[in-house]
Amino acid sequence: MNLPIVFFQVVLISITLLIGAYLYRVLRGPTVFDRVLGLNGISTKAIILLVVIGTVFDRVEMFVVISTGYALVNLIGSLAIAKYLEEREEVL
Amino acid sequence: MPLSEFPEAAQLLISIVAAGLILVGLFFLFVAAIGVLRLPDVFTRAHAVSLTDSVGALFLLSGLALYQGFTINLVRILIVMVLLYLLNPVIAHATVRSANRSGVEAWTREDS
Repeated sequence: MNLPIVFFQVVLISITLLIGAYLYRVLRGPTVFDRVLGLNGISTKAIILLVVIGTVFDRVEMFVVISTGYALVNLIGSLAIAKYLEEREEVL
Repeated sequence: MPLSEFPEAAQLLISIVAAGLILVGLFFLFVAAIGVLRLPDVFTRAHAVSLTDSVGALFLLSGLALYQGFTINLVRILIVMVLLYLLNPVIAHATVRSANRSGVEAWTREDS
């Protein structure tokens, strides 16, 4: 592999720091929809993180399968939460 | 054919292009995180999350896919890219639609 390992470490650390920004929005979000959006952003970052980790460990075939499953679980969960919140009357 | 079987010059060129794509993707992800932190209400934040995040993930994963060389792993990462680019706007749309239907007030200039 050609790129130095430090490059991938910098990428991993910066994506992990970005998760902190989304976590702030999940904890402090004024409405419940802000929290759902923050969780969606965190799961996107987790998918990217898994593929980068697979590149570092030279085992992309395994980590890509895990990240695909994670993306599908995230879709079903977010759609279910959005549908549930849409059918309720009052605003949180 | 993995990247290590390419000629030397081609290896160097592909690595530099892949690193550039990864850095551009990181820039877009940073912009998305700043938008999520700073923007005033749920609709504008959904704008930051769905659009900028999708483009950033697309750039970053295309850089990683290019770095694999012409192997089956490139196709696998392409599948993840297509999945992410299809599903992210769907989730953002569903969330914003439910926020709109349950009566969240949109931010206007008078609120600032």
